[in-house]
Amino acid sequence: MRLKWSILAVVFTVITVLSGCDRLLVLDPKGPQAKTQAHDIIATIWIMAFIVLVVFALLVYMLVKYRASKVGSDYEPPHIEGSKLIEGICIGVPIIIVTILSIMSVRSNYAVEATPKGYENQKPLVVYASSSDWKWHFSYPEQNIETVNYLYIPTDRPIDFKLYSYGPITSFWIPQLGGQKYAMSDMVTTLHLAADKPGEYMGRNANFSGKGTAENTFDVNAMSKGDFDKWVKEVKVTAKPLTEKKFDQLLKPGHVGRSTYNGTHLKFSPPPAMQHGGGGDGSGSVDHKDMNKADHKNMSDHDMKNMKMDDSNK
Amino acid sequence: MKIDNSLPLEYSTEENQLKVLGFWIFLGAEVMLFGTLFATFFTLVHRTAGGPTGAELFEITPVLIETFLLLASSFTIGLGIHAMRLGRKNAMLAFFGITLLLGLGFLGVEIFDFVQYVHEGATIQTSGFTSILFSTLGTHGAHVSVGFFWGLFIMLQVKKRGLTPQNANKAFIFSLYWHFLDVVWIFIFSFIYLKGMM
Amino acid sequence: MDFFDRFAIPNPSPVIYASMVAIGLTVLAIIAGLTHFKKWGYLWREWLTTVDHKRIGVMYLISALLMLFRGGVDAVMLRAQLATPDAKLLDAQHYNEIFSTHGVVMILFMAMPFIIALFNFVVPLQIGARDVAFPRLNALSFWLFFMGAMLFNISFVLGGSPDAGWTSYFPLAGNQFSESVGTNYYMIAIQIAGIGTLMTGVNFMTTILKMRAPGMKLMKMPMFTWSALVANLIIVFAFPVLTVALAMGTMDRLFGTHFFSTDAGGLDMLWANLFWVWGHPEVYILILPAFGIYSEIISTFAKRNLYGYKSMVWSMVVIAGYSFLVWAHHFFTMGQGALTNSIFSITTMAIAVPTGVKIFNWLFTLWRGKIQMTVPMLYSILFIPLFTIGGVTGVMLAMSAADYQYHNTMFLVAHFHNVIIPGVVFAMLAGLTYYWPKMFGFMLNEKIGKWTAWLLSIGFVLAFFPMYITGLDGQARRMYTYSASTGFGPWNMAAFIGALIMAVGFALIVYNIYYSVRYASRDIGSDPWDARTLEWATHTPVPEYNFAITPQIDSIEPFWDAKKNGQELFKGKFEKIHMPNSSGMPFIMGCIFFAWGFSFVFSIWIPLIITTIGIFVCLALRSFEVDHGHYITVDEIEETETKLRGAN
Repeated sequence: MRLKWSILAVVFTVITVLSGCDRLLVLDPKGPQAKTQAHDIIATIWIMAFIVLVVFALLVYMLVKYRASKVGSDYEPPHIEGSKLIEGICIGVPIIIVTILSIMSVRSNYAVEATPKGYENQKPLVVYASSSDWKWHFSYPEQNIETVNYLYIPTDRPIDFKLYSYGPITSFWIPQLGGQKYAMSDMVTTLHLAADKPGEYMGRNANFSGKGTAENTFDVNAMSKGDFDKWVKEVKVTAKPLTEKKFDQLLKPGHVGRSTYNGTHLKFSPPPAMQHGGGGDGSGSVDHKDMNKADHKNMSDHDMKNMKMDDSNK
Repeated sequence: MKIDNSLPLEYSTEENQLKVLGFWIFLGAEVMLFGTLFATFFTLVHRTAGGPTGAELFEITPVLIETFLLLASSFTIGLGIHAMRLGRKNAMLAFFGITLLLGLGFLGVEIFDFVQYVHEGATIQTSGFTSILFSTLGTHGAHVSVGFFWGLFIMLQVKKRGLTPQNANKAFIFSLYWHFLDVVWIFIFSFIYLKGMM
Repeated sequence: MDFFDRFAIPNPSPVIYASMVAIGLTVLAIIAGLTHFKKWGYLWREWLTTVDHKRIGVMYLISALLMLFRGGVDAVMLRAQLATPDAKLLDAQHYNEIFSTHGVVMILFMAMPFIIALFNFVVPLQIGARDVAFPRLNALSFWLFFMGAMLFNISFVLGGSPDAGWTSYFPLAGNQFSESVGTNYYMIAIQIAGIGTLMTGVNFMTTILKMRAPGMKLMKMPMFTWSALVANLIIVFAFPVLTVALAMGTMDRLFGTHFFSTDAGGLDMLWANLFWVWGHPEVYILILPAFGIYSEIISTFAKRNLYGYKSMVWSMVVIAGYSFLVWAHHFFTMGQGALTNSIFSITTMAIAVPTGVKIFNWLFTLWRGKIQMTVPMLYSILFIPLFTIGGVTGVMLAMSAADYQYHNTMFLVAHFHNVIIPGVVFAMLAGLTYYWPKMFGFMLNEKIGKWTAWLLSIGFVLAFFPMYITGLDGQARRMYTYSASTGFGPWNMAAFIGALIMAVGFALIVYNIYYSVRYASRDIGSDPWDARTLEWATHTPVPEYNFAITPQIDSIEPFWDAKKNGQELFKGKFEKIHMPNSSGMPFIMGCIFFAWGFSFVFSIWIPLIITTIGIFVCLALRSFEVDHGHYITVDEIEETETKLRGAN
């Protein structure tokens, strides 16, 4: 019994910690998408806490009232088939709760899959974020610059991240700006984010992609538009151009520090042609013609496999 | 062993009834197996990666021959089971024999077809499309091959031991399997070949 | 020497060398022991060739417990590495291998056989049958599972463990990024075990549909049997998908096909889809029988019939249906768009409704009952609140927009352990304790059992609840390290302590078995728990033929009614009983499959061809074999019955 109460106490503490503690990254949003998500999370925690409480209360009541030591040794429990009313309530109430949650869920889905609230009128800044083992490459086509393992973004402007991967599936995640999305090698996914406040945020690949996953992180620096433009200008002057050779070097598995380049890799190593879940279509309509990039990689892959097969024949 | 003579021979013992039901459930699993292959096929059908497409590979004549052979074999095995129920052992064996020969013919044409595909530059390693094409057809073909030996063994047993409830049960279950392969082929014919040629 | 190079471990460590020595010594000890005590014949006759569902159940049970400890050691190593920031206990590669094998071992080689062990032991007894529908196939199922599990486990010392996660997403699991044979082991070992499981599904569905005692209509079946029926139905429809996916994965790795490759038209997301089309129903294959066990136990120890029997049955059927409609919730973040996510979000949340019905029905079963807090009941009572928390966090995860934040984090890890441990593991331990006297003729010690239950619960809360918090604080899963600045340290230390407490709890189970073997009373009768269903109506130990006379059923709780109202279960007199013969074939086939899998893993083609032929030869031999089983005569039955009645 004591323990049951202590479990209860733990749950309560967890709930209070969660709702009161704004230091948890996900519950400390700095952008509209993360706010939507944090709001959903907090709201569901309360609803769920209510359900848990009901179950706990019923359980404690039953245990206290109907323990063998309480009811007497000559008590014979009755045979009860069930009751339409009680079972109806047990089905009805959860259905109502699930319906409410469904409405919440659907609304938030459309919110996070669109240009962030309050930024609808602005043209989004497009950033291509591609991962390779175990790095992130950020290409700014509008500015024609590229960074590795760090990301500067202007505040108060929506940003469309176009995600893809040179390797295993990764997941692009900046918890304080919004939830994650996969980066895959044969299609481009789009993640709509925006930062309300300037600041430094943690970004990482959240999806297991091999040995170096844990260190596959990047720094995000959100700054005012003025600062961002200043930074771009500076990069244009100081950074070396990104050559294909340099980029291929960067793609090799391993960890590298931060670096900055003039020009992007999009020209000589274009992103996959397929779009998935972008703006609104989300149908995953497939365009099969453009497999250039894939074909390019193809060869080396094939050779590797053939070599393997030969080896095993020996 | 209790034999209930009011039932057909293949259902006549309790064990036989269990086996027939068990096999139906197993066929349910087989439906899922082929269903998954078909789902994958539809997902990968256009992913030819510059290799041959279905329209380029498929030829109607061998496919029609295959279809005819397999449909005919489904009919003959039905006749075989009918003969078995009438207790006509030799007729049953004859129909089973014809069924297996038709199956063998089917396999021959299928292998011939595969060789053609390879000559046209489509191997299982060419593209997502050819991988799933060969796998789906190959899985069906492997089922037919296994079925051939299975059927052969049942014929030998019927010949040696006669139309016992056990043998009748085996033959009946084998006929279910064979009909099932025919149904799968109809799907392959319609959704892989005909749709691919269009 | 080149030939042997392939067997070398690519990333050796002292732990692995120590394991090699340990495995070698254990094998030697077993061989020496069997020889010394002249037990080879006994082992062969009574166990390796048995087709008796009770013995097969026991063998599943032993395997499951062994695997529980293998997976448990993995778990403790993982938690130890994460207990402090920047720890150096394991490097990334080893950490990856360990969490990959932990997942596979726990789900496929611990939870599955544990559940199948209970199916095997309990279901035929509960429905009043003499065995399962296909006893020899049942033995083959076991040996395929066992050999699959063994094949998977030797990856640790031969050739390298799988390192692409238990989900083995492509392209990470492809040759390019996973070069060792580890993922081959994954594909082939699971394939072999999976075929065994599929056969189990066919077998038990047939058994339950066709072999129930006269009078036991579907709506009079005990709840565990119902859960077994539904779970096996899911097995039959879900496992073929896994079979196909694994075959494609194998071909991609070994034969250069392009199903999941990122080039030449392959589609990596196809693997994720196929995997979870199987994987989500798999979760319900695990949890539904657990629900069945809880239903039996709660009803037995509340001394009351199960509340809302019909809604319990229907909720399971509905859950089974839904289980095939929710797979995409495992990758809401793949970018399918708002519409697809919304649909899968709603179907996922809908599962909460039938699950809620079950929770409330258990609570109302306690209502006006007479609750006896035995060990199985204690597990069930601890299950209700803990599982509810796991369930509601599942609903939170089903909110797809919010899931963008939960996905791939420790929050998710906390959630699924929160449903699997109190849900499945507690149920299996409760079931183990509950059925132990029927299996072995003595009870497990209550006091040690209660300590175990409490330690596991406290350890569980301490180990997993902090993960909800670190998950929301941005700790991603499957990361072998984190820096001190993240602040995850104290929470992970708590989790490590929790894991250690759980380890003590699991060790106590072994101690309990040892203690009870030595000291427990053997004089317990055939119905020590004062239970309600048919399995308690036969003797302990259960005779080979289960029931001397087939029982006649006319209620959901026939044994209870027989005890209370004096209804006669066993009418008529003894008749000779037909039983299946033992056979060495399933074991031999299992061994051939092992050799087949091993050759496949290492691409040694000639043995592969030979073993493939061997498998077909076995099947052919089976086809020609005439085996009508044997009869137990009335005299033998009378003798056994008299002896067992005397024992009671």
